[in-house]
Amino acid sequence: MYDFAYHRPKSVADAVALLKGKEEARPMSGGMTLIPTLKQRLARPSDIVDLGAIKELAGIKVEGNNVVIGGMTKHGDVATSADVKANIPALASLAGHIGDPAVRNRGTMGGSVANNDPAADYPAAVVALNATITTNTGKHTADDFFKGLFETALSEGELITSISFPKVEKAAYIKFPNPASRYAMVGVFVAKTAGGVRVAVTGAGPCVFRVKAMEDALAKNFTSAAIKDIKVPADDLNSDIHGSAEYRAHLVGVMARRAVDAANK
Amino acid sequence: MTISVAMTVNGKAVSGKVEARTLLVQFLREHLGMTGTHVGCDTSQCGACVVDVDGKSVKSCTMLAVQAEGAKVITIEGLAESADKLHPMQEAFRENHALQCGFCTPGMVMSAIDMVKRHNYQLDEATVRRELEGNLCRCTGYHNIVKAILAAAPAMKSAGV
Amino acid sequence: MTAETGIGARVKRKEDQRFLTGTGRYVDDLPLARATYAYFLRSPHAHAKIKSIDVSAAKSMPGVVEIFTGKDIADAKVGGLICGWVVKDKHGEPHKSPPHPVMALDTVRYVGDTVAMVVANSHDEAKDAAEAIHVDYDVKPANVDLARAFDKGVPEVHAAEAPGNLIYDWEIGVKADVEAAFAKAAHVTKMDIVNNRLIPNAMEPRAAAAEYDKGTGNYTLWSTSQNPHVLRLILSAFVLGIPEHKLRVIAPDVGGGFGSKIFCYNEETMVCWASSRVGRPIKWTAERAESFMTDAHGRDHVTHAELALDKDHKFLALKVETIANMGAYLSTFSTAVPTYLYATLLAGQYTTPLIYANVKAALTHTAPVDAYRGAGRPEATFVIETIVSKAAAELKVDTAELRRKNFIPTEAFPYQTPVALQYDSGNYPPIIDEAIKIADYKGFEGRRAEAKSRGKLRGIGFSSYIEACGLGPSRVIGQLGGGVGQWESAQIKFNPTGNVQVLTGAHSHGQSHETTFAQLVSDKLGIPIETVEVVHGDTATTPFGMGSYGSRSLAVGGSAIMKAADKIIAKGKKIAAHLMEASVADVVFENGNFKVAGTDKNVPLGAAVFAAYVPHNYPLEELEPGMDENAFYDPSNFVYPAGTQICEVEIDPDTGVVEVVNHTAVDDFGNIINPMVVEGQVHGGIVQGVGQALLENAVYDKETGQLLSGSYMDYTMPRADDVPSFKLGNKITPCPHNPLGVKGCGEAGAIAAPAAVMNAVHDALAPLGVTHVPMPATPLSVWQTIQGAQRKAAE
Repeated sequence: MYDFAYHRPKSVADAVALLKGKEEARPMSGGMTLIPTLKQRLARPSDIVDLGAIKELAGIKVEGNNVVIGGMTKHGDVATSADVKANIPALASLAGHIGDPAVRNRGTMGGSVANNDPAADYPAAVVALNATITTNTGKHTADDFFKGLFETALSEGELITSISFPKVEKAAYIKFPNPASRYAMVGVFVAKTAGGVRVAVTGAGPCVFRVKAMEDALAKNFTSAAIKDIKVPADDLNSDIHGSAEYRAHLVGVMARRAVDAANK
Repeated sequence: MTISVAMTVNGKAVSGKVEARTLLVQFLREHLGMTGTHVGCDTSQCGACVVDVDGKSVKSCTMLAVQAEGAKVITIEGLAESADKLHPMQEAFRENHALQCGFCTPGMVMSAIDMVKRHNYQLDEATVRRELEGNLCRCTGYHNIVKAILAAAPAMKSAGV
Repeated sequence: MTAETGIGARVKRKEDQRFLTGTGRYVDDLPLARATYAYFLRSPHAHAKIKSIDVSAAKSMPGVVEIFTGKDIADAKVGGLICGWVVKDKHGEPHKSPPHPVMALDTVRYVGDTVAMVVANSHDEAKDAAEAIHVDYDVKPANVDLARAFDKGVPEVHAAEAPGNLIYDWEIGVKADVEAAFAKAAHVTKMDIVNNRLIPNAMEPRAAAAEYDKGTGNYTLWSTSQNPHVLRLILSAFVLGIPEHKLRVIAPDVGGGFGSKIFCYNEETMVCWASSRVGRPIKWTAERAESFMTDAHGRDHVTHAELALDKDHKFLALKVETIANMGAYLSTFSTAVPTYLYATLLAGQYTTPLIYANVKAALTHTAPVDAYRGAGRPEATFVIETIVSKAAAELKVDTAELRRKNFIPTEAFPYQTPVALQYDSGNYPPIIDEAIKIADYKGFEGRRAEAKSRGKLRGIGFSSYIEACGLGPSRVIGQLGGGVGQWESAQIKFNPTGNVQVLTGAHSHGQSHETTFAQLVSDKLGIPIETVEVVHGDTATTPFGMGSYGSRSLAVGGSAIMKAADKIIAKGKKIAAHLMEASVADVVFENGNFKVAGTDKNVPLGAAVFAAYVPHNYPLEELEPGMDENAFYDPSNFVYPAGTQICEVEIDPDTGVVEVVNHTAVDDFGNIINPMVVEGQVHGGIVQGVGQALLENAVYDKETGQLLSGSYMDYTMPRADDVPSFKLGNKITPCPHNPLGVKGCGEAGAIAAPAAVMNAVHDALAPLGVTHVPMPATPLSVWQTIQGAQRKAAE
């Protein structure tokens, strides 16, 4: 990797100040995507602002009808949190299947959501649960946050401080992993909350997306039978050596049905 | 950018001057000469580099040395009490022929110990196989690694480690 | 020796202590004072002319010591890399031999081809500088599609030396006889298959380090090699011209090889060559991405096969047409793999009286292809065992019965096949019987029905393999074009205090030689295993030997050790006879003691050894002092392990996911020295075979020649949860021609497994009308196959 200047601020304010001062500065949360990217010399930041020492960013708490998770909370902590398991077990399960145990000990929710890798798991949860993303400058709704391939609504110097997830009635996330990388080739998060039913798909397209037809059908009848004939068009889906767009479109249906069945269990 | 870094490795205080881009595994191997921790890939997938940092297993190829400032690091070299008294996981690997070429072994053993502890010394075959997602072995076909970890779990419990 | 450490005992490994405590010593672990670090700039294109290379900016980068390009190598008159096996085509002409420069001069021929070598004070600085090298390429169209490599108009990889991309057009058997048999056949089964290309992926990436001693003019090269003596021979005699006695090659702990570390590669050649020019040690370790691009790949055949059967379902004849990929250059043993290690195996376990095979070797703009665990034999087994299963399905007969009906009868050994090999021994029916018992074949239909109730398609597949390993004798290998001998060496060197070093020309990179070879010596000489140290991997300390590949270490290397041990005993008898004042003819050797039958006279081996080193009471006029014996063993034939694997899979028809739910392997490896080690070899082999069948695939973009499966993100390495635990059994038919009665076990698992798995997949999908699934049977591939069958059914 190319060398860079390294900073380890103790507060969000310090981090933002460091990021704003430099043209090519990059924040680093768990580094599980950024460090491999740097190792492959695919990025050349002048400065790395490591958020790891900012205590205020990590932690999980229940606030009213929501579970609020700090941006620097590690996947492993989400997976094993009693609060998350009690209120949104599907989210704990999702976190427990990101990467491998060593990755879950470093990777963070905020890092994953801010990176918006098309094959990441968390974006499906954020969208399906209609979570609210809080940053140092304001709030974003889930639907407005994920803009496209590795693109989000975050602006320069804006850091995810926490994400607030509503408690669920029923929810499940089922992932079809890419056989090689084990990232989501198709992951479907189905959730029934006070706000209604949402179906969010990750891995299949360039960015997480909702399947309205399934949401409408499930709102009337929350069973897998209700969506068995709903097909997702393959047109805009990803295609690679592990899965054609058609295969991914097919898997969206299969994973969605399995998610509904799992949510009903 | 040159930075001073200090940490504890296998109970000993160590320090050195590194570049910001120096990985923890490079610090261990190249600065400290502790070559037991291996590098088998560039994409954080093979797990040959797994070490324990402050009680959590991490891939030392995906962590900067400077991020381990002040941390307690345990590597494969720090497990055995003495040459005659291996850690129960090391012993189980030997008893069950869970290693052939030995290259993946350090990471495999470190991940296995972490796995046993996280699961409170209670594991079944399916769990062990799933939890080994981040550790690749090309020699053993995993059969004996799985056997060794299942055998080590109760041994670790009774040894209190 | 005691039952706990002798032949047949599950002795725990001596090598484990260092591997388990992080004190193994692999090439990259070497501390070399004042070391420099090499980084290789590689071609990003599959095929291009190099118009110019500008290294001027790179040379002034921080930490750069030296930069070498193909021109420097050519100017220094460094030889090209060689192919060590001359295969003669069907007209008796030697194969085409295009040059294989250690660094590209004016043309690059695959993505990863070496273009420049940067030597710097650190790896990062070398890499930084490599990025500053400007190469002006004229990119040309690439030839990547193997099936079309010989088509008109396809770009030629070496137009002058190998027109039309053809390396050889080779055949074995009499085509007319086979055609005549087909004309009389009651049934013919036909099949088109692709044997998928694999990337070996030893967990330790290839590495090399070299140091030049200006005072003596000696070079030391540390390399991740499976055969350091052969590497030295090639570098000395053909490539670098450094006299053999001035080059020491050390292969220390090596983290797996599977064939990929047999060959002489560009990088170690360059590191060695440059070490004297730089005047400081040079280290190089491949990044995993480089391993993917440049380790010799394996398999990669396109094959059409036909099997003719008579009305009683006896095999009449087999006809096979194969195109084998060589890649862009001929790697060290590449030419032999799809010929003498492939087509000669096509009889399998069967009495098929007539076999014809035609193999065309093709150049493509891809990485060189060479031996990978099994090397030719997995490809042969895949052809035979999938076509036999297909025939059984077409004829609606039991797949095990069809095999049994055509097995070579036990009383027919030694058995001459129609494809050159003479099988020395074998007893196949008890193997398949045992496998059927362990796998509960009888209960399969019940399990299939139960799976169906869960929405899963369950299938079962057999693979009854034969393999030929421990190649030899050297005379025959020479007649077939092999460039080296196929013997192995051993030296048993007693120290005056009675402990012993066993020096072997074989090399362990996971095979456990330090334990099993010590077992042999301990058992044979009756000395404690703790007093036996096995030494390997250093040309300065071990006698010249061929190294380890082709499951040869025990059958050939172990036999050499036994020969050396016999010499120790013979000499010891003479010493003991002198000490006991008895006739040599009356001295017997039992459990570490020389005795005179019928008396209580007794000389322990240790006492004889001591007498040999302190020869005060010693027959010096008749016998040299010392106890240090060398042996070279040249095998009189190959060894022929055989076995049957039975695989059971469950397929999720909604996703195409194939799960291996049961896998049984019963093998005949002859006598077994350490069952624990043998089982480990089988486990690992099976997983590489399952990997080929279900997961692994080296994919190049057919237009650009870019490697699409160039990291673990896209190349599916088998993980722990991709496979189950295995059920193993064994039967023993000792090899009749080596002193241990042993056969090789290193490759069997990988040889048999792909066919067993794919036959199970085909069996599972048969109810849907599927007769063929391309390998690997990935979820995508299975799903697409099911879709195709459903469309066809709907028509």
